[in-house]
Amino acid sequence: MSEIADTSPQPHLGRRLRRLMADQPIIPLMVLLILLCAVLQLLSPGIINPLWVANTIKFAIPLALLAGAQTLTMLTGGLDLSVGTVGTMAAFIMATQIGHHDPATTLALSLLPAVLIGLANGVGVGIFRVHPLIMTLGTGLVGSGILQVYQRTVIASGSEIPPFIVWLGTGLTYGVPNALLLFVPIAALIIFVLRRTGFGRQVYAIGDNEKASRLSGSTYWQVILALYVASSLLAAIAGLLYVGVIRTPSLTLLEPLVLPSVAATIIGGTSIFGGRGSYATAILGALILRVLTTLLTVLQMPEGLRQGLFGLVILLVTAIYLRIIEDS
Amino acid sequence: MPMTTSPLLEANGLVKTYGAVRALRNASLSLLPGEVHALMGANGAGKSTMVKILTGALRPTTGRIAIRGVEQKVRSPADARRAGLVSVYQEPSLIPDLDVLSNLRLTRTPVDAFRHWVHELGVPDLDLGEMARDVPLAILRVLDLARALAIEPDVLLLDEMTAALPANLAEKVLEVVRRQTQTGRSVIFISHRFLEISALCDRATILRDGETVGVVDIGPDVEDRIVELMLGERILRKHGAAVAAEARPHAQGKTRLSVKNLRVGTKLNDVSFDLHDGEVVGVVALEGQGQDELFAALAGSIRPSAGVIEVEGEAVKFGKPRDAIDRGIAYVPGDRSDALLMHRSVRENIALPFSTGVRRWGPINMSNERTTVLRAIERLQIDTRAQGEVRRLSGGNQQKVTIARWIAADAKTILCFDPTRGIDVRTKTQIYALVRELAAQGKSVLYYTSELEEIQLVCDRAVAIFGGRVVDVLPVEIADELALTRAAYGLPRDAAAADLGILADPTRPGAAP
Repeated sequence: MSEIADTSPQPHLGRRLRRLMADQPIIPLMVLLILLCAVLQLLSPGIINPLWVANTIKFAIPLALLAGAQTLTMLTGGLDLSVGTVGTMAAFIMATQIGHHDPATTLALSLLPAVLIGLANGVGVGIFRVHPLIMTLGTGLVGSGILQVYQRTVIASGSEIPPFIVWLGTGLTYGVPNALLLFVPIAALIIFVLRRTGFGRQVYAIGDNEKASRLSGSTYWQVILALYVASSLLAAIAGLLYVGVIRTPSLTLLEPLVLPSVAATIIGGTSIFGGRGSYATAILGALILRVLTTLLTVLQMPEGLRQGLFGLVILLVTAIYLRIIEDS
Repeated sequence: MPMTTSPLLEANGLVKTYGAVRALRNASLSLLPGEVHALMGANGAGKSTMVKILTGALRPTTGRIAIRGVEQKVRSPADARRAGLVSVYQEPSLIPDLDVLSNLRLTRTPVDAFRHWVHELGVPDLDLGEMARDVPLAILRVLDLARALAIEPDVLLLDEMTAALPANLAEKVLEVVRRQTQTGRSVIFISHRFLEISALCDRATILRDGETVGVVDIGPDVEDRIVELMLGERILRKHGAAVAAEARPHAQGKTRLSVKNLRVGTKLNDVSFDLHDGEVVGVVALEGQGQDELFAALAGSIRPSAGVIEVEGEAVKFGKPRDAIDRGIAYVPGDRSDALLMHRSVRENIALPFSTGVRRWGPINMSNERTTVLRAIERLQIDTRAQGEVRRLSGGNQQKVTIARWIAADAKTILCFDPTRGIDVRTKTQIYALVRELAAQGKSVLYYTSELEEIQLVCDRAVAIFGGRVVDVLPVEIADELALTRAAYGLPRDAAAADLGILADPTRPGAAP
């Protein structure tokens, strides 16, 4: 009720500010990002330069792609923990098959497991109503098991990272990361799909109120299936890009990014219960996490302390930020 | 009648408020030893609140309860039980994942006494090792009753005890309940069935608008008196409304929707009626008489167990709401939180049906959508000052959004389930006008309402459902609150012909006058 009474003359400035931030969560996130950069600059003057910015972006992009996968699934109240395995598989298969096939076939081969795992996730969550956490954890484990077996069979043939992938992953053109060539269109597509297409509306509708979406005619499993396949494909792309950054395929290539991608999404204001959030803010969340990592590195503390602090800061930021966007 | 002695249980001046809402204003109940006492009232009269207070599930705001003359603070169901009051609710209370014996141990019920009562109630072969979830619903209710009887309570409270029971079990139950009272115990009996009440009860307390308005002795022709008490002065208002109804032109269109012998589990039995183009058909029923199942079946949310639904002469089978929507049938649920995306905008809420189904997953034509949505907003006069999320709108405006969605989608048949529940008078009036306007454009509306005076304001006919069956179809001219209440309780239309024999035949066709 009190929200409607809001038309009364000049509500409290703090309240208006909060309402503005609740409606435009991108503002407090930008403020936070700038604040973190300022602290970094204070602690280590001169660290912020074009090269540092390009590097930060370069490392943030695979994380942001994974955060895209998390945003899509989290908007329906889900989560995709198989992204680590899916991305690693894509990268590993690419690196081991590129010597035997032409690039197009290699790409298709490396995306195949992603599609299969995405379909399995979609069927499990959408039709059999398995909890997304369990479903994607399960398929992720199965996938990484298969990957280990696969590694034994190709151990002799060796692996290589094609120069194009390295160029895309790490290269700079006029100081701008080449990865943006891939990332910007993908990010624009995700944002467009979520905001301006029928599919996007369905995603938000299912996350907000599944019963209502059903009563107005949507079919849950169709949306969920498409969503988890898209999520897997994003993970595969992230894996291909990240192996260009790291330059060595390993069996746990993307694993360290999985939980941070969930954190980036939540910091980006997407509700774990679904229905609320956006991809633009999740990208900011990924950037914030990257800057935070640099900040903690600059502080030169022991690794254990750094990790603990990282966790604390994430908790703190999320708590404050949720306070702001959840209008009272 | 039992000997008049001091009451076994006495509740006086019970008041229960929720903020500004007064669920009970001044309710009282006096229960004599050895009587079966009916507690009655129309929907929303405060029956359930009263029951919850008596059984300790709710605490009254003010008021006192005395058992055997001693004032009691009944703070929890366990308190009530210690004081000698045990209740059997409509919903089975055994824990599904435990076997029957473990359930008994959980409540420290004497097993031998339980067995005895189960046998008395006409269930000869019960395996106590069976999981409660595997026991059929009707038997579960009998077990609940047996468990209550085994504790030998002074006061037994039965809420719609016979509702889910087949006739033979119901008879046994009534017989056992009747016998209870011979030992000086008392029963509070809640039922919508006059037949049972007149066969079983000694007296009845009638609630209206949260107040006890009368206590009557059950005798011949008492139904009229009870219905009168339940409605109060509302009966006097009937003439004005009837005039408004008669002024409506009767144009009979083609049959849009035809329901034939529809059955849904045990809740809905053999329901048949037609809905024509340009017609608003009202549905009246007491709570839980199968109206929820009827609407859910028509909306494609549940599959009927038998019977046919025809849309424009063609038999259809709905597997999901989408199938019904494709046939032009839109369902506006009574609970707004079932219909709305609370965190999304008015626009997205109204446009929601446009993007369902794989074929509509592509880019949205934003300017088209804007025009359609704005037209619907204007037509329903939705106050969108509180822009942004729908949850910031008032209840009335939220309700309008749920209807606007289907007007924008141009649904031909609209199923409204209690659309005016809990909204302000002005919005109610607007919704009545809108429903009439839709009918004038040739749309068909099925309109369930718990507020009986709405029937004459909105509908062309009224279908009364009782115990899962259509018991009467009333033309709007005679569908005043009195007639509708009688129909909703399964009583015959003509008060003078009040003959309980007719109640025994629930298939009585709703003949035209």
